[in-house]
Amino acid sequence: MADTLERVTQIIVERLDVEADEVTLEAGIKEDLGADSLDVVDLIMELEDEFNLTIEEEDAEKINTVGDIVNYISGVNKVS
Amino acid sequence: MLTNKVAVVTGGSRGIGKSIALDLAKEGAKVVVFYAGNHAAAEETVSTMKELGTEAAAFQVDVANSEQVDQAFKQVLTQFGRIDILVNNAGITKDNLLMRIKEADWDQVVDTNLKGVFLCCKAVIRPMMKQRGGRIINISSVVGVSGNPGQANYVAAKAGVIGLTKTMAKEFASRNITVNAIAPGFIQTDMTSVLDEKVKEATLSSIPLGRFGEATEVANTVSFLASDKASYITGQTIHVDGGLVPN
Repeated sequence: MADTLERVTQIIVERLDVEADEVTLEAGIKEDLGADSLDVVDLIMELEDEFNLTIEEEDAEKINTVGDIVNYISGVNKVS
Repeated sequence: MLTNKVAVVTGGSRGIGKSIALDLAKEGAKVVVFYAGNHAAAEETVSTMKELGTEAAAFQVDVANSEQVDQAFKQVLTQFGRIDILVNNAGITKDNLLMRIKEADWDQVVDTNLKGVFLCCKAVIRPMMKQRGGRIINISSVVGVSGNPGQANYVAAKAGVIGLTKTMAKEFASRNITVNAIAPGFIQTDMTSVLDEKVKEATLSSIPLGRFGEATEVANTVSFLASDKASYITGQTIHVDGGLVPN
């Protein structure tokens, strides 16, 4: 989980040009980190590459916060 | 001008699509043509492109079938590693007066000529976003702008392509993906050779440049839009029609 958050944070920092301390589990990807809808698609694609998984469109639509991403990837609490 | 770029041309085995594929190959691009069913024509186009000294391939794809489209683009990415240029050229006609257009003929034309463009664009947009750039060129028609009796299905689809082009241009401009349309007028191809002589004569008299167009003249415009020279053009429909329908 911690490792996942670290890797996710690194991708978000690079992709959205934000500071690492802004990337908290509660941070909204659009609201707090300033991503537009294309940025989100971009981010999802990069996460898919990094974690070697496929995030279905229906699931991607439900991802709002950094925590949602981490949970989805960890499979601990699949976004539903 | 397009050395090492990878291009996909749908409907690329014959007619305007073949000229487009050959011209892109001449400019140095690696070209994959999608074709509906004419193996012999597709093979001939591929071997002509290879003679020009570039890599080329042909895949049989029904552009209206999302599974086939996705599969084909995956294959392109596996084989060539990237996609820089998509030319949506595949098109069919089922001409008739509106009250005689069967529902199936409407569906077929709209599926191939409009939905096919959507499906192919959808398949390339992610790879192009990842590459941070790409060129999409949609072949519409001047009748999509002017209307044309006897072609309600074709015209509706071609007009739809222009709207799709404008919208995609706005959606993906921030990722350096340009999307433009070309609206050919009366170009000498298999598709237009079957038209009635009287129709051809009447059309000819309304073309300011006084002649029908050549497929190569459309191809030249595609190669321009695909090149760095067209870097600031997006969302446009360029008419290649001898002045038939001023934009």
